Amino acid sequence: MAEVSLRKIVKAYEGDVQAVKGIDLEIADHEFCVLVGPSGCGKSTTLRMIAGLEEITSGEIAIGGTVVNDIPPRDRDIAMVFQNYALYPHMSVYDNMAFGLLLRKFPKAEIDRRVKEAARILDITVLLDRKPKALSGGQRQRVAMGRAIVRDPKVFLFDEPLSNLDAKLRVQMRTEIKKVHQTVRTTTVYVTHDQVEAMTLADRVVVMNHGIIEQVGPPQELYHRPATRFVAGFIGSPAMNFIPARLENGAAALNLVLADGSVLPVPEDRTARYKSHAGRAVLLGLRPEHLTEPREGRGTYADIAIQPEVIEPMGMETLVHFHLGEARDLCARIDPTLDAHPNTPLRLTADMAHMHLLDPESGRVV
Amino acid sequence: MSATAMNRDVPGIYHKAGSLRAERRWALWVAYISLTVAAIIFLAPPFYMLITSLKGSAEIAGMTGSPWLVRSPTLENYVNIITSPMFQRFMLNSLVITACVVALTMVVSVLAAFALARMRFWGSQMLATGVFLTYLVPDTLLFIPLYQIVGGLGLLNSIWGLVLVYPTLTVPFCTWIMIGYFASIPKELDEAALIDGATWPQMLWKIFIPVALPGIIAATIFAFTVSWAAFVYPTAFVTTPDQMPLTIGVVSQLVRADTFAWGQIMAGALMAALPPVVIYAFLMDYYIAGLTAGATKG
Repeated sequence: MAEVSLRKIVKAYEGDVQAVKGIDLEIADHEFCVLVGPSGCGKSTTLRMIAGLEEITSGEIAIGGTVVNDIPPRDRDIAMVFQNYALYPHMSVYDNMAFGLLLRKFPKAEIDRRVKEAARILDITVLLDRKPKALSGGQRQRVAMGRAIVRDPKVFLFDEPLSNLDAKLRVQMRTEIKKVHQTVRTTTVYVTHDQVEAMTLADRVVVMNHGIIEQVGPPQELYHRPATRFVAGFIGSPAMNFIPARLENGAAALNLVLADGSVLPVPEDRTARYKSHAGRAVLLGLRPEHLTEPREGRGTYADIAIQPEVIEPMGMETLVHFHLGEARDLCARIDPTLDAHPNTPLRLTADMAHMHLLDPESGRVV
Repeated sequence: MSATAMNRDVPGIYHKAGSLRAERRWALWVAYISLTVAAIIFLAPPFYMLITSLKGSAEIAGMTGSPWLVRSPTLENYVNIITSPMFQRFMLNSLVITACVVALTMVVSVLAAFALARMRFWGSQMLATGVFLTYLVPDTLLFIPLYQIVGGLGLLNSIWGLVLVYPTLTVPFCTWIMIGYFASIPKELDEAALIDGATWPQMLWKIFIPVALPGIIAATIFAFTVSWAAFVYPTAFVTTPDQMPLTIGVVSQLVRADTFAWGQIMAGALMAALPPVVIYAFLMDYYIAGLTAGATKG
């Protein structure tokens, strides 16, 4: 087991296209680190550079303190799980798992012990004699994980391992992966485009976009204290609402004035933080769960009148989609017992204590 | 109104779905008839050969009755040909040449295809196309310059000359087939092997060759057939009977001036056709398509 360091990593392709633009990242020993971002953000390229499957244009990658830039994949002591499993079709499950150990000339008894132990952890003991084609998608993914576990490598690399599974199996395997990590504690770098996977699995999430790291932090921190508009919009489902507004000096505190003239008070404890933006156009960021049915209590609440466009009952909550002037695709989460209908006016309350203020030009959270 | 509902209202369109069985019956009839015609066309010559090989010289020369029937069947032609040291020599030559050519071809083309399909290097695409283009040059054109080369090497009138030149026919096509097969193997499989600790030769030997076995068998069958049936090169390069393969040996040695030993020619030709049939029958059992099933999400 080991820590992984990425220092000023650049990956450029022919024609000066930079897939990864100089990222720095320190992944601690035993850590479960998830790289998340939309397709083309450079997350898979970064993972493949750690694996040694892509050459590094510039920068340095170290695994366990050793710079591995010029070390081939087989000598990096890593194991990788691929999106499409990549099992050897002509070998049985047992042989698939034993292959890496055989190549490394482990004694037969040790191979057998490790394969059986991994099979027990993953609950695939009964499948050991089967060929991959006789397995379901979930079983194949378990075997792919087993192949990684038996090697007992310094680092596990996962490249979107759940993307090919159906929704139900994905949730199940997600738990399975977390369980395995809690058992073996191997440093893990996991790539996904699914922010739910990132949030649920990670000790630390790395949000990437356009080849750079937007923000690194524990899931809760990214959710509650996003640094940029991209992170704010990417983490959380449904996504955060962004409403254009002006920040005005009010009598006692600051106010946000929306396009339709409605005024939303800014909590007093934020005055100092936001003061420098007074008189400027800003973006109000509010998560759907902070835009709900009117409620009583202490705090800074503001009423908003809306015209729902689509109502989505989810069972435990109801999602209301609407627009507010220029701001389209807004979403609120309301009590499922509430009677809401499309095109029937509805009053919502914005919980301003959870608001985010964004600078529309820099895209950064103030 | 949905499109399906609309279709139901238009006479003819919805009705057509009900006639699927009739359409299938028609398709089957057409298939049966055309396949039967094709089978007759292709099987008539070997059948004629078989009939003729079972006739005695007198019956063949007699030219009475239907040539498709045998009146007094005899194995005399077969006995004569099998016991003929000449025929045994031709057979041995053909076997040696073909075994060497198939082995040489498979080694060269599997290695070449693996390099061209997987080890990305500058010019690999161009080389792959180049390899295929060489296949397009017919042997009837190539044998002239090749004659010079084989002669220069002192290999005229030798089966080793043939072993050297046949791969010019087999290697390009087999390489092309293998490139296609290797290209169809998911890239993640080599990456998984690389990470598992395999070297390039180990990856080829332990992953690519077993997974691409159907392709290798197809290429082997091709190389075998081409080498076994080659006619132009041995005709051009070999004139000494004891170095001749079956294809030209049977023809040139069983025709004395203008006397054609038809019965023996036919028996010899049929026996010459036997090894390919055996090889086909044997290898076809192993020729299971879709061996990559289960490697990846499919």
